[in-house]
Amino acid sequence: MNYSILLYIARTHIFTRAKQSAIAGLGVTFGIATFIILVSFMTGLNGLLDGLILDRTPHIHLFNEIVPSERQPIDLSTDEDNWNIIRSVKPKQKQSRIHNALPILKILEQDETVLGATAQVATQAFYTAGSINLNGMVSGVNILEESRLFNIGNYIIEGNIYDLHNNDNAIIVGAGVSKKMSLELGDKIQLVSPKGNRVILKVVGIYQSGLAEIDNIQSYVNLKTAQRIMGEGNNYITDINLKLHDINKAFAMSKDLERMYNITAIDIGTANAQFDTGTAIRNIITYAVSITLLIVAGFGIYNILNMFIYEKMNDIAILKATGFSGNDVMFIFVSQALIIGLIGGGLGLLVGYLLSVLIDNLPFVTDALPTIKTYPVNFSPTYYIIGIVFAMVSTFLAGFLPAKKAKNIDPVEILRGQ
Amino acid sequence: MERTSVIRADKINKIFTDPVDYHVLKDISFDVKRGEFVSIMGKSGCGKSTLLYILSTMDTDYSGQLFLNDQLITGNDNVQLAHLRNQSIGFVFQFHYLLPEFSVLENVMLPAKKLSAKSSQEIEHDAIETLRMLNIDHIAKNKCYRISGGEKQRVAIARALINKPSIIMGDEPTGNLDSKNAHNVLDIFKELASEKGLTLLVVTHDKDFADRTDRIITMGDGKILDEGF
Repeated sequence: MNYSILLYIARTHIFTRAKQSAIAGLGVTFGIATFIILVSFMTGLNGLLDGLILDRTPHIHLFNEIVPSERQPIDLSTDEDNWNIIRSVKPKQKQSRIHNALPILKILEQDETVLGATAQVATQAFYTAGSINLNGMVSGVNILEESRLFNIGNYIIEGNIYDLHNNDNAIIVGAGVSKKMSLELGDKIQLVSPKGNRVILKVVGIYQSGLAEIDNIQSYVNLKTAQRIMGEGNNYITDINLKLHDINKAFAMSKDLERMYNITAIDIGTANAQFDTGTAIRNIITYAVSITLLIVAGFGIYNILNMFIYEKMNDIAILKATGFSGNDVMFIFVSQALIIGLIGGGLGLLVGYLLSVLIDNLPFVTDALPTIKTYPVNFSPTYYIIGIVFAMVSTFLAGFLPAKKAKNIDPVEILRGQ
Repeated sequence: MERTSVIRADKINKIFTDPVDYHVLKDISFDVKRGEFVSIMGKSGCGKSTLLYILSTMDTDYSGQLFLNDQLITGNDNVQLAHLRNQSIGFVFQFHYLLPEFSVLENVMLPAKKLSAKSSQEIEHDAIETLRMLNIDHIAKNKCYRISGGEKQRVAIARALINKPSIIMGDEPTGNLDSKNAHNVLDIFKELASEKGLTLLVVTHDKDFADRTDRIITMGDGKILDEGF
């Protein structure tokens, strides 16, 4: 079979009707470009938001939760047939520190599924300025590990983490705190612990997460400093944060840890269920809009080819009379549609790419995201492949029906009709 | 000497069912030998064009048997028939049916390129030779909508000749031409028949045209009245 002659005819048809073909092709271009822009921007945004959450949220968070005991003492002393009704159950008195935190930490650090584990001492404290007491949260952390695993360094807008690491009398304060108390780098701040201990610390950094609620109260000190403020020893640890190699194992592992160490373990999926939903919905919107646009473009091609075939009845008849089979004629028209799809789709990818580059360079400054300077765009080649496949499939479908009609045209009717 | 048969019809019957049943061809049997120039004459509606389209293999809805070069072709599928048409049958219609987007040369070359039995250089050479034989090689590069009616019909003849078919079929090939051009076309046909030994089968109702052919098959009411021997 000699396809080059069929393609030659298809090409000639397209170029002698450059205007109509261009309009049909532009429909595809528009659809594909929109798809690329939408999907790049949306997935870029998704990536950014997910990244924000994933970057700074531990995959598993271990802590002691103050809750009433599941099994009350009376349950232990009575048969299972009896009902015990206890009113006004109170939580059990227990320490907020994790029991045996250091051995647990050691075991977790040796676990192969764990990328890293950090210990924290979280406590409430007052920032005092004269007679004013500001409510606050102080976290004692190993700042270098926090930076490695949870990118805390990205949210330090002034100063740096090494100054904290090297100084046991240093503190990184939230942006809100620093504003309220007019603190700058090098200033001193006085902290009062719940137990009444007072310490004076030097401000070596300012932290901005973007969430005002956090920035107004949160500050970071070294682990030892926090333990000192609490008046506790170095085995006093309230939270352990884990980062795993594979985030998908977080849920199962959190359940195991809960059972093994008798503590509360929250995995990232449970803590941030709403973000998955958001991502899924944004993806659905992107694909729905793009598919709609491509269907519209497909109808354009369908229409133009259909009209074209009506105009070309005589040509089709004579092609058949001179020995082109129905399949040849169909091939001509389908390839015409596919050429339009390929050129239109290719242009669409190009236009989409250029506009994505433009968006990628638009300034996007927000307090919430101190490290982001421009709009996030995802340039993953996967979407370009999906885009061109979309273009080819929709133009194929749009071309197939008219081409099938052309295939079935009876040349005798046309040739005798005049 | 007995000449070989190019196209032979054996008891061909055709019935139109739309809008009413109408028996348009009744037991048509005849034979066209190699090198013959045969015309089919008859009144409008006698079924001569219908017969031609059956002979052309484009209309497959008939009963009876059809032989091309002594090979039974009745019952072949569409792809085989298309190939047969491409290889062995040339057509000239009342209208030229040239493809307007293509140049004269390209129109002539298309069936040969479809057959692709030769390289494109050979095809182009053959096409130009054929155009020269018909005295229209000077318009080879023109687009088809830029040439005159008589020239168009000669291009159509060149297209019919390009694959050196066993038979050329014509459906009123002069019907749309003025007498001078009609005369030209007839001369070309005569020349092809006598000098190149081509077989021609032409449906016409032009008596002058038919009189200059080797044999006139006369039809009436769906039957062959006179085979013209």
